[in-house]
Amino acid sequence: MAEPRRGPRVGLFVTCLVDLFRPTVGFAAVKLLEDAGCTVEVPRDQTCCGQPAYNAGDRATAQDLARRTIAAFEGFDHVVVPSGSCAGMIRKHYPALLADDPAWAPRAQHVAARTHELVSFLVDVLGVTWVDARYDDTITYHDSCSGLRELGVKAQPRRLLASVRGVKFTELPDAEVCCGFGGTFCVKYPDISNRMVEDKAANVASTGAGTLLAGDVGCLLNIAGKLKRQGSPVKVRHVAEVLSGLADETPPIGDAAR
Amino acid sequence: MESTAHSFPENARRALQDDTLQYMLAKSRSGFQLRRAAAAQRLPEFEALRDQGRDLKNHVLEHLDVYLEMFESKVVERGGHVHWCRTAEEAREAILGICQKAGAKTVTKGKSMIAEEIAVNDHLEAHGLIPIETDLGEYIIQLRKEPPSHIIAPAFHVSKEQVADAFRAAHTDLPPDRPLEEPRELITEARLMLRRRFQEADVGITGANFLVAETGSTIIVTNEGNGDLTQTLPKVHVVIASIDKVVPTLEDVSTLLRLLARSATGQEFSAYTTFSTGPRRPGDLDGPEEFHVVLLDNGRSALLGTEFQEVLRCIRCGACMNHCPVYGSVGGHAYGWVYPGPVGAVIDPALIGIKEAGHLPNASTFCGRCEAVCPMRIPLPKMMRHWREKEFEEKLQPATMRQGLGVWGWFARRPGFYHAAARMTARMLRRASGSDGKLGSLPLPMLSGWTEHRDLPAPEGRTFQELWAERRGKK
Amino acid sequence: MTDSRSQILGGIAKSLGRISGDAQRAAARERIAAHARNLIPARAQLDPADQVRLFEQMALEVSATVARVPDLDAVPDAVAGYLAGHNLPAELRAAPDPALDAIPWDRRPTLTVSTGRARDADAVSLTGAFAGIAETGTLMLVSGAERPTTLNFLPDTHIVVLKAEQIVGGYEDAWDRLRAQAGSFEGGMPRTVNMVTGPSRTGDIEQTIQLGAHGPRRLHIVLVEG
Repeated sequence: MAEPRRGPRVGLFVTCLVDLFRPTVGFAAVKLLEDAGCTVEVPRDQTCCGQPAYNAGDRATAQDLARRTIAAFEGFDHVVVPSGSCAGMIRKHYPALLADDPAWAPRAQHVAARTHELVSFLVDVLGVTWVDARYDDTITYHDSCSGLRELGVKAQPRRLLASVRGVKFTELPDAEVCCGFGGTFCVKYPDISNRMVEDKAANVASTGAGTLLAGDVGCLLNIAGKLKRQGSPVKVRHVAEVLSGLADETPPIGDAAR
Repeated sequence: MESTAHSFPENARRALQDDTLQYMLAKSRSGFQLRRAAAAQRLPEFEALRDQGRDLKNHVLEHLDVYLEMFESKVVERGGHVHWCRTAEEAREAILGICQKAGAKTVTKGKSMIAEEIAVNDHLEAHGLIPIETDLGEYIIQLRKEPPSHIIAPAFHVSKEQVADAFRAAHTDLPPDRPLEEPRELITEARLMLRRRFQEADVGITGANFLVAETGSTIIVTNEGNGDLTQTLPKVHVVIASIDKVVPTLEDVSTLLRLLARSATGQEFSAYTTFSTGPRRPGDLDGPEEFHVVLLDNGRSALLGTEFQEVLRCIRCGACMNHCPVYGSVGGHAYGWVYPGPVGAVIDPALIGIKEAGHLPNASTFCGRCEAVCPMRIPLPKMMRHWREKEFEEKLQPATMRQGLGVWGWFARRPGFYHAAARMTARMLRRASGSDGKLGSLPLPMLSGWTEHRDLPAPEGRTFQELWAERRGKK
Repeated sequence: MTDSRSQILGGIAKSLGRISGDAQRAAARERIAAHARNLIPARAQLDPADQVRLFEQMALEVSATVARVPDLDAVPDAVAGYLAGHNLPAELRAAPDPALDAIPWDRRPTLTVSTGRARDADAVSLTGAFAGIAETGTLMLVSGAERPTTLNFLPDTHIVVLKAEQIVGGYEDAWDRLRAQAGSFEGGMPRTVNMVTGPSRTGDIEQTIQLGAHGPRRLHIVLVEG
């Protein structure tokens, strides 16, 4: 008797912000991956990819966290991350960070090569062309910087969103311009960050869309925080929430429960 | 130039409150971006040329001393003089010496960032000479007594009304009621005033976009033609250039020229690209009798062999600042020293010290647009991160940030504690938000910068790890 | 200064971690001797007729004007017509360039042509060109006793007589032509090579492009086809 065919074994790197702020995104990622035939596991030993330390110049801490993350994930066929920023850290920066460590450099390269941002993994690796979901609203989309420029995430979310029933898509002016989050940038230089997120919020408003999506919770917290402070009715969600059909399960980011 | 880079946050705040500046930034930044994108799009080989430009400059940097020697010998062969200067001070003295020897009174100047770097105007003025900037943008800011705010558009931040005010204040021999509302009128007036200056100048100083080792030529790339008048009319032409400007051959410089204007202004080619090789030749009816090249190191050679070597590939097109959202928010003056924007955030700490310029490499979201448009593919974010590493090593960052990172790092290394702390934080923030879905203020002073301008969306209340463990338990 | 020179050069070698620079010197000499071409855009490699068309198109794009004439005999009429059409004085300051000697100015006796370097009062200059470069509509002008540089910059209107056969595809082609005539220039390179692409312009006032900042406001190219 033939074994039932098993899909790839995927380790989900949840990310700090999804874990803490938006667990729904984690479950949305799991559902999308399982629907596409993957077996999903969430290693308990994961914490943070180390990017905050890396970008603060604390290389030793970043290396330490990179090694822990690699150890927790190197046994999987793929590592999938519902964030372009954290995926970019593992995929693009771990090999550089550990290049001088003969024991870890190959392990870093091994994990880096298998690490993907969620939506681009679905489209580019698994060949997913549509999702079974409904979302009745006009949507606009912010391209988060790391996903866009480090990983080439641009067409993939638009492609899958086009298959969601009820969605009307409208492009965001300056969609590729940074929202001003930038990790610790937003608290180190709050005035500049504010200027940038004000521009982003104004662009969102100019589209007339009812919902803003993006692929990174960091940017979403920033943009939602600005829109909510302005009293904007625009709903803010992670793209995976809409693609998985889980948007009904939790209020939009920064909105009160209905 | 006196640095105010250490007060970048205050400079930035002032810039954000300056309505004229904000208007000018909003008006200009998209134009630069659209024009560059169109020019890049129109040349199918553009990306491949960027690769070649990068490789070519890497080759030059690995052979920098020998190309400089070759350049020098060609200049001397053609009757020119080369002045090697380690520091800004040496360069100022060299230029002053040339001017004094020529008995100069008026010195016209083409646009040069190196001249800004060594603050040559102040030095000449202090010795009784009259330096006149002739690039329109530079002329405007010279009248306004301020530094350039952009490396290729020095008066980027000035409105036409402010230009008119500066002209009325300076050109007192013209009728006070003349109309100066339109850019055309302003340009005509500047042309008239500067023509007189070109004629009376004894020395003309220009920068150089490139130096060619093959021929001993210096190159200026301009649009106005002021640089050409500056170097053709006076008796003496002084070129001031940093050592990283040298390029092996005319073919090599052609490759870089294909990248420069497209990246800078989105032009296919600038109006004037001029190659100067030595002084006036026998029989020539015009041109300078003396030709001097002042070669400035000022800390650049020390960058070779370090993690900052690649920044020496820069050809000063300004694309990084044109596409930088931080530059686009605060403009160039906020950076506080000669080179603003992403390339400034890498070069300034190298030239004036990381202690003075420490904010600059931090004032970036690492959005990566600078690297994405840099014709020389300089990994600017990576190098800003290297500066942050130096600051971390030298404990230059604020104590609160270091401590915060320390605590966070302690937890992040211990998954059990980390998950427990995340659970607590999620609950606490959720409770504090009530039924609102967001928080308008936070008890942590470190995060006040966030809530000053925006709400903090509340967490859902329980962490993913917690919920996932439950779900697994049920299965 | 000698001291600074050796310190800078020595500092470079030291930073690069080198003991002797002999290998580098040889590599650099080789590169210069070969002066190999890098990537040339396809646009710069058209056949001659298309090059002329591209040159004209690109020159027009940068606000130059172009008049095609069949031969040098037709230049005086073309120039006189251009001057009249722009209400410019019928006075030319021309380069004493033998290449322009064959132009029969006496066909337009109302046109005053003097030769020499440009003077402040000259409104219109006329020069030849060394080459036209199709890829960007760029003129290459070289200095010499018969070609004063001031003519390219001081007058408000610059008229350039360019022969179609002088048009090449890319910058590298123009350098090759220059190298082929290296004997005419001391050290192989003219004192000044001006690559001129359209009239003078500035964007320094609110990033709005205005023509005629310091150099010529008008660049008129008389393209001689024969």
